[in-house]
Amino acid sequence: MRIFYIFAKKQVKIRYMTKENIEKIRLDFPIIEEKIYNKPLIYFDNGATTQKPQCVIDKINFAYNHLNSNIHRGVHYLSQKATEAHEAARQKVADFLGASKREEIVFTRGTTEAINLVAFSFGEAFCKAGDEVIISVMEHHSNIVPWQMLCERKGMKLKVVPMNENGELIIDEYEKLINEKTKIISITHVSNVLGTVNPVSEIIKIAHSHNIPVLIDGAQAVPHIKVNVKELDADFYVFSGHKIYAPTGIGVLYGKESWLNAIPPYQGGGEMIQTVTFEKTTYNELPFKFEAGTPDYVGSTALAQALEYVEEIGMDEIAEYEHEITEYATERLKEIEGIKFFGTAKNKSSVISFLVGNIHPYDLGMLLDKLGIAVRTGHHCAQPLIDTLGIPGTVRASFSFYNTKEEIDRFIDAMKRVVMMLS
Amino acid sequence: MTINEKQNEIIEEFNQFDDWMDKYSVLIDLGNSLEPIEDNNKVPQNIIEGCQSRVWLVADYKDGIITYRGESDAILVKGIVSLLIQVLSNHTPDEILNTDLYFIEKIGLREHLSPTRSNGLLAMIKQIKLYALAYKSKEAQNN
Repeated sequence: MRIFYIFAKKQVKIRYMTKENIEKIRLDFPIIEEKIYNKPLIYFDNGATTQKPQCVIDKINFAYNHLNSNIHRGVHYLSQKATEAHEAARQKVADFLGASKREEIVFTRGTTEAINLVAFSFGEAFCKAGDEVIISVMEHHSNIVPWQMLCERKGMKLKVVPMNENGELIIDEYEKLINEKTKIISITHVSNVLGTVNPVSEIIKIAHSHNIPVLIDGAQAVPHIKVNVKELDADFYVFSGHKIYAPTGIGVLYGKESWLNAIPPYQGGGEMIQTVTFEKTTYNELPFKFEAGTPDYVGSTALAQALEYVEEIGMDEIAEYEHEITEYATERLKEIEGIKFFGTAKNKSSVISFLVGNIHPYDLGMLLDKLGIAVRTGHHCAQPLIDTLGIPGTVRASFSFYNTKEEIDRFIDAMKRVVMMLS
Repeated sequence: MTINEKQNEIIEEFNQFDDWMDKYSVLIDLGNSLEPIEDNNKVPQNIIEGCQSRVWLVADYKDGIITYRGESDAILVKGIVSLLIQVLSNHTPDEILNTDLYFIEKIGLREHLSPTRSNGLLAMIKQIKLYALAYKSKEAQNN
């Protein structure tokens, strides 16, 4: 019987994301029940942040109700419990990302802080005047500004990988930018504006053939596709908790142990030290060397819960379903006269950026909001990309697995209505 | 008409509508009929950059009276720019400086003035008052 079951499972894929199960999933997210201007909320701003399932909210309460105590170095029971929860969360993240060791996982406040950490510490250890950093044209400001700051500090140069008209990075051009002055390459896994899933495996392989390390900004990837840092062979990989159904204020820096050992601490303070005298301080071992101050053990515990939650649904199921509704929304949006899409890469995540005729994105966004639909408008913290496209900004709808085709239908009706008002 | 009389008139006009769609339709019409400012006035020093949309503002001062002209790339913002100009244009610097702008809130469009919308309108109101202050101090120097 068991053998038959395994066989059957292999042969016939049983789909989890049925209409019935999606309805069940939606019940896990209390905010979905909210009314906006007396209309049911349609939340299509998942690229900015995702909503939280009850189990994550409960976990935060649980942590404060039952295990709140400052972690590490505490001899008492509660401190032990909190420390165990925090370190178990680290292991959970390591497993989720396919990291070799929990020591390779550093908790940060988010993607931004993680990139700043690497830009600073890597810069201190390995960069000097005249060196170069490569990023891409589709980076979020978080993956531009920290490198610009490094360049200013050290007298270095920032090089930018261009893209084609579909919003795909031009790999030949990328290769041409690499030279003996290139010290590090930092590229987004998925574009927050275009939805492009970049060929990061190939990007890393090319970089490694020149012995250059690569940081991958996974903020928009981790919530939507299965990521394995070991398979990718990424040197650094970063993401934010709040974009993957966890609370705000917790994020992750994965770094290969050899790199994390080779770069100095980012911030000084408690937790990250071994011994302190007024003459000299020796630093703690990994990962604590990078976690100055009291860590967000409540956030880390809730992040672990969120990762368990998405794993229960299954990352492949999530990717498949989100792809399906994104395709559906794209097809239906084509009914709107004058619509123009930005980002038509072959390999795309659940993000649709668009404009309609000469209508300003602010106007579309404001009127959609009045109909209870939350989309994002503007430059999406990727001003250089928006300037490259020569537009004032876009309207961006970004989906999660709790969104439905019915919501998309209501969104299309709303779009037709507001476009008529504005034309 | 005083600034407050103009504000009250707009409030009365907008309060006829129960439906937000009608209000926004009026705003869109106002935006569409606002006289555009000339290209030679669309220079960087007249731009008020918002994160979401941009606003241009030009002020002229003649015989103790300030006239404002403005524009925006977003039509809803342009509609509100039109209302602001209607209310504040053709007044003395003192009248403008002593004004409490209450009509936007009263007609239910306060959300457009929220700093998080970052559409340039809040900065525009500040700029309108700064112009009034500048002309006032210039006048005081001349006297």
